[in-house]
Amino acid sequence: MNKTIITVVGKDTKGIIARVCTYLAENDVNILDITQTIVGGYFNMMMIVDMTDIQIPFDQVHNELEVIGQTMGVQVKCQKEEIFEKMHRI
Amino acid sequence: MINISEVLETNKMVEQQNLDVRTITMGINLLSCADKDLVMCCQKIYSKITTLARDLVKTGEDISREYGIPIVNKRVSITPISLVGSACCKTPEDYVKIAQTLDRAAKEIGVNFLGGYSAIVSKGMTQSDELLIRSIPQAMATTERICSSVNVGSTKTGINMDAVRLMGQIIKETAEATKEKDSLGCGKLVVLCNAPDDNPFMAGAFHGVSEADAIINVGVSGPGVVNSVLQSIKGESFEVLCETIKKTAFKITRVGQLVAQEASRRLGIPFGIIDLSLAPTPAVGDSVADILCQCGLEHAGAPGTTAALALLNDQVKKGGVMASSYVGGLSGAFIPVSEDQGMINAVECGALTLEKLEAMTCVCSVGLDMIAIPGDTPATTISGIIADEAAIGMVNQKTTAVRIIPVIGKTVGDTVEFGGLLGYAPVMPVNKFSCANFINRTGRIPAPIHSFKN
Repeated sequence: MNKTIITVVGKDTKGIIARVCTYLAENDVNILDITQTIVGGYFNMMMIVDMTDIQIPFDQVHNELEVIGQTMGVQVKCQKEEIFEKMHRI
Repeated sequence: MINISEVLETNKMVEQQNLDVRTITMGINLLSCADKDLVMCCQKIYSKITTLARDLVKTGEDISREYGIPIVNKRVSITPISLVGSACCKTPEDYVKIAQTLDRAAKEIGVNFLGGYSAIVSKGMTQSDELLIRSIPQAMATTERICSSVNVGSTKTGINMDAVRLMGQIIKETAEATKEKDSLGCGKLVVLCNAPDDNPFMAGAFHGVSEADAIINVGVSGPGVVNSVLQSIKGESFEVLCETIKKTAFKITRVGQLVAQEASRRLGIPFGIIDLSLAPTPAVGDSVADILCQCGLEHAGAPGTTAALALLNDQVKKGGVMASSYVGGLSGAFIPVSEDQGMINAVECGALTLEKLEAMTCVCSVGLDMIAIPGDTPATTISGIIADEAAIGMVNQKTTAVRIIPVIGKTVGDTVEFGGLLGYAPVMPVNKFSCANFINRTGRIPAPIHSFKN
């Protein structure tokens, strides 16, 4: 599995989850887990996804998600899972 | 499974607390480039560097994007050049030609510094070593990206005082040769004792002869992260303070470990070590001196500074060693003056003196670093400062170094602007009493008794 973490941070807006999930479905990205919380008035969402079946390069997914985020006024980041695994597990 | 608060914590470290991988340094062995013809030697050097390190910058940028972690610098270190140029260099000018070749190679591959314009003269200088050393002022004046270092002593060999005396002169000459740029050449020149073979940080990086043909070493950094974390534990006991630093150092170092292994895999070059040093930058919040203030000092330099720094250095190592499979380089806390806003503030308000900095070098990972001194400081005084640092390193079995900048035309009260990551620095006063008669004695100081371990 090619696990990636997608984080969405910003002011709560209608349709954020729908827009991101639609993009992921269109690009054969399987969603494994979604967590969402409001911290200090800001919407925070974390999705653990599997990018094994994407037909386009990782960089392109990264950049296209970033643009989707900008159009909705939120910050979308796309990072490979290992950085979090390595930092927070012995 | 990773949870959301861990993800947010990591991203906050990057976005707000200046967490980054400070450098990926590729070490390259150039002994295979040795040739009795200077032009051939230069060609081989240029070819080897630009072939092996061709994808270094792009790989660093790719990894940075995929993991969301800035990789600030991509650099190269090479075999100490006085070994490589030994067969073909007959004059210092010959070495300068090699320096210029190295500079061109560095520009071609896009790295911002290339270290290893160096000589290891801990016990004695060969003819080649001396030519290299004498070429340093011109090399620093006619190149942009080359860093130079000279190792003048070690715990096993003692201190080469002839080299120490020479380096005082060379530093002055380099200052003079680069005086149009506030003697910036001296900011790329380091004199060391017990220099490690695998340090990824500039200016003291070189690819030592104990290493393989090529290696990837990574230096991590996160003073801002440690700073932030300490703000939430004001007033707590030393136990809590130490544990907090240690756990934070673990997380920071793990980032470096991941990046190093990925870079190594993608470039097909073995992973060497992580250097888990807390290396500050002039950016706000990225200061080691501020960490010392968080520990409870009014300013770096106040009584208690050496103890606080010893604590910090030790906990960084304890946390970092658990996080990485191979640790090396300098690994500890850095205290460069011009690269740390907190240190600059401490000097400007009179809290931090050269003498206190010298005490601090006993307990941290580097030495007197990026310190501006009056341009009329005598060469023998500079040699005396080098000898003091070398003695501290030799006796305490640690690396020490001196990267000191006698700014021609400036004196105490002036400020020097180096620019970029090198920051700016107030000119610091130096003890005016003479050590000329001491420095002018010839020969070496023998190795200390405790180095005889067999």
